[in-house]
Amino acid sequence: MSDVSLTVNGRRVSGNAEDRTLLVHFLREHLGLTGTHVGCDTSQCGACVVHVDGRAVKSCSMLAVQASGSTIVTIEGLADGAELHPVQAAFKEHHGLQCGFCTPGMIMTATDMIARHPQGLDEATVRAELDGNICRCTGYHNIVKAILAASETMAKGAKGRAKQAA
Amino acid sequence: MYSVNYHRAASVSDAAKLLKNGDAKLLSGGMTLIPAMKTRLAAPSDLVDVSRLKDLQGVKVSGKTVTIGAVTTHYDASTDEKLKKACPALAHMASLIGDPAVRYKGTIGGSIANNDPAADYPAALLALDATIVTNKREIAADKFFKGLFETALKEGEIITAVSFTAPAKAAYQKFRNPASRYAIVGVFVAKGKDGVRAAVTGAGEDGVFRSKEIEAALAKNFDVAALGGLKVSAKGLMSDIHASADYRANLIAVMAKRAVAAANA
Repeated sequence: MSDVSLTVNGRRVSGNAEDRTLLVHFLREHLGLTGTHVGCDTSQCGACVVHVDGRAVKSCSMLAVQASGSTIVTIEGLADGAELHPVQAAFKEHHGLQCGFCTPGMIMTATDMIARHPQGLDEATVRAELDGNICRCTGYHNIVKAILAASETMAKGAKGRAKQAA
Repeated sequence: MYSVNYHRAASVSDAAKLLKNGDAKLLSGGMTLIPAMKTRLAAPSDLVDVSRLKDLQGVKVSGKTVTIGAVTTHYDASTDEKLKKACPALAHMASLIGDPAVRYKGTIGGSIANNDPAADYPAALLALDATIVTNKREIAADKFFKGLFETALKEGEIITAVSFTAPAKAAYQKFRNPASRYAIVGVFVAKGKDGVRAAVTGAGEDGVFRSKEIEAALAKNFDVAALGGLKVSAKGLMSDIHASADYRANLIAVMAKRAVAAANA
């Protein structure tokens, strides 16, 4: 057993867990944050993607104790109160989901992808970057559309903020 | 997963001490080890995490010598400006490993210590005539990769870095399995001061290997035209549900041509 201390969605949390506890199980079962999903359990599907110290990683392929000391953002931490994060809003607007199981991972991957491409995204890049996220309902058409739209919205927002600051 | 004891090493020497616990294994990015433990293919009693050791992180370039710390992630290698300048082929190769989430965690040291027969880094390091630096000694890539999941590493030995001389020209091309995204065949070619080296991953029954046929063809003329009549023998190549040995032999020639074209582009 080890002590696991994390900052999750801005809140400092700690708990005691077996060393073999996966981060995803710690989030879901110890912290009750069930928005992060376990899909394949073999690190292929990406339903469990969360941000650890600003990087989108698969929480089913990492021990909770490995993450101890880190800052974590899960799907529950994206929205600002009742206001959806631009990527969440774009998935809603463009119907980027069907059953919704893969959606938390898709959105956490998308926010990371958009942050790494401040110059903007094109369809080929989005599809390549979704290599580690699997959707078994819809195909990827609307997911890609939603990510492209969110990328544009966020670029405009960033320009707007820069103007305000200037 | 079976029960395990986790330790976070404070230094390389601390890691070496902790490795003496039971059946301990080093943990770096964990992109192979953790899934293997989940399926109980691996069951170490202890894990010694070296991934946060600052001394083992990052890329250094001094003149023509490139040194990559053992726990440098694939993402950090693929985006490192110094590496992109000194050896763009290796940065590009790192950008092709796994998927973005895996590249954020997986490390060069972990990849080569595991020596998966379809991993990308072993081919690159063999073609670049790299040196693998451990806490005990330096090992030439030619002597390091010993077979399927086998390396020259001894009990308790810890990889700290990898170094090589930046090649004049190099490139990596791989043909991915459409489902697993692992290389069915990957070829890394490098033209350095001591000639041309070409290494093949994904195809050999004994893991990564140098292709004498490709090296001989390119020795005098590092050009796609020199590979026009290239015949690669299927002897010693893997045959499985993904591809026969003959198919892989043909793919080696195709990937070699693409790699040379990319290196000259």
